[in-house]
Amino acid sequence: MRRQLLGAIAMATVSGLSLAAAALAADEDPKLVVNGEIEMITRAPAPEHVPNFSEVTSGWLYRTEETQALQMDDFENPGMLNVEQAIADFNAPAGPEGQSCSTCHESPDVLRGVRATYPKWDEEHKEVQTVEMQVNECVTERMKAEPWDYDGARMVNMSALIASVSRGMPVNVAIDGPVAPTWEKGKELYYTRFGQLELSCANCHEDHYGDMIRADHLSQGQINGFPAYRLQNAGLVSVHNRFKGCVRDTRAETFAVGSPEFVAIELYLASRGNGLSVEGPSVRH
Amino acid sequence: MAENVTPRVRVPKTAKAGEAVTIKSLISHTMESGQRRDKDGNLVPRSIINRFTADFNGTNVIDVTIEPAVSTNPYFEFQATVPESGAFAFTWYDDDGSVYKENVEITVA
Amino acid sequence: MDYTRRQTLLMALGATAAALVLPQAARAAIDEAVAAFTGGAEIGSEGITLTAPEIAENGNTVPIEVDAPGAVSIIVLAGGNPSPGVVTFNFGPLAAEQRASTRIRLATTQDVHAIAKLADGRFVQTSSEVKVTIGGCGG
Repeated sequence: MRRQLLGAIAMATVSGLSLAAAALAADEDPKLVVNGEIEMITRAPAPEHVPNFSEVTSGWLYRTEETQALQMDDFENPGMLNVEQAIADFNAPAGPEGQSCSTCHESPDVLRGVRATYPKWDEEHKEVQTVEMQVNECVTERMKAEPWDYDGARMVNMSALIASVSRGMPVNVAIDGPVAPTWEKGKELYYTRFGQLELSCANCHEDHYGDMIRADHLSQGQINGFPAYRLQNAGLVSVHNRFKGCVRDTRAETFAVGSPEFVAIELYLASRGNGLSVEGPSVRH
Repeated sequence: MAENVTPRVRVPKTAKAGEAVTIKSLISHTMESGQRRDKDGNLVPRSIINRFTADFNGTNVIDVTIEPAVSTNPYFEFQATVPESGAFAFTWYDDDGSVYKENVEITVA
Repeated sequence: MDYTRRQTLLMALGATAAALVLPQAARAAIDEAVAAFTGGAEIGSEGITLTAPEIAENGNTVPIEVDAPGAVSIIVLAGGNPSPGVVTFNFGPLAAEQRASTRIRLATTQDVHAIAKLADGRFVQTSSEVKVTIGGCGG
């Protein structure tokens, strides 16, 4: 962190701004404990398959003290309002047989651990599934209801609920076996330059994390905190929605939410954060 | 009535007589400022929570006048004196005429 | 590119000067809102605290706290916003302290003002500059 800190301060000085330095004057090694009880792992040794990092770090570490504080108490985390809405949906019957999520899964708590292992291989459908795809499998195949919009409010809220019950658990996504080709595809996309700016994910999030970009503190682009409550949107943002934002910022045509490309990137990125805690719904700027 | 408006408050369950307790309140609300334009370029009409009050056993603690510059999901934190056991009454007033109420009891030991 | 100490100082002075030139409209809006609250009374500066971040990562949600022991009410104003009013806290008999926190919207970098009306009828004010960072990719 000191290297990044010095880098950022040097850059701020060069550009004549005292802004960045002041933003970083906060506690250099803050601890994220939610509700005084859920201890989050915000720094972990980099997994073997991420050779260019020695340490993986949560996006929470790159935020100002004020933004960080919002995630430390569920009462203050606006994303938890969405979780509450999802709990109502969890128990609401839908489809011709009047089934709800709670028909099979007694309570959201029994889904503890799920978020930490997704995306993962689904043997029945012979595909890599994200949490959203799994939810829609439940909705359409078990409940025989209409599928939910992949990035609609209902789905994002449910995804936040499913993440919330796994908070604190380390992300542990498999990269071998049947998911290996998808993982390789995700890795290839991560290092591919897109758009008029010809930027890959790695150009910003691997080469320059800790530096400033457009007056903003650049993170490693870890996805353990998604869905994230973004102050800018004043709402929850799904990880695929965030991908769209990044690709758009390279001035490229983006892939669609739920597309095979974004599923592959999600798998690859999730695996880069193996060892960090599930934080969703996190709070970011 | 606006959609998905849910008030939340955090009040300690017990207190000593005359003790100052910290109260936190939050209500889910978009707080449409009246400054934003929709996709067609038309101003989205203002729709906010314009007032929040907290009373204890009928006596006022705080009365807040709220403008559109207060953030989405308005949050307030303040200190109240609790002279005896009783109930806090929290009230939020919406531009659309809706009134949201929440009562929370506290026991003085 | 390296800047000499003198150049850096000059740039800092330039930035300060720029910050002092508050757009006419914003100043007029603030003056009007202050006058509406104080009725034109003289305003002191002791006994009121406004806590706000020096830098807000996003102007949508800026946490602030005002504290003025013995105040009847405290008004918060932001002249750089489309309209200056933000919030007014009126303290009742059971307020243990005349202190409150909330989260506010700031359209741009600006001074946030807090003015308290004290129980004896006097007014006191303070202000704090909040730099709002705009842009960024958010990642």
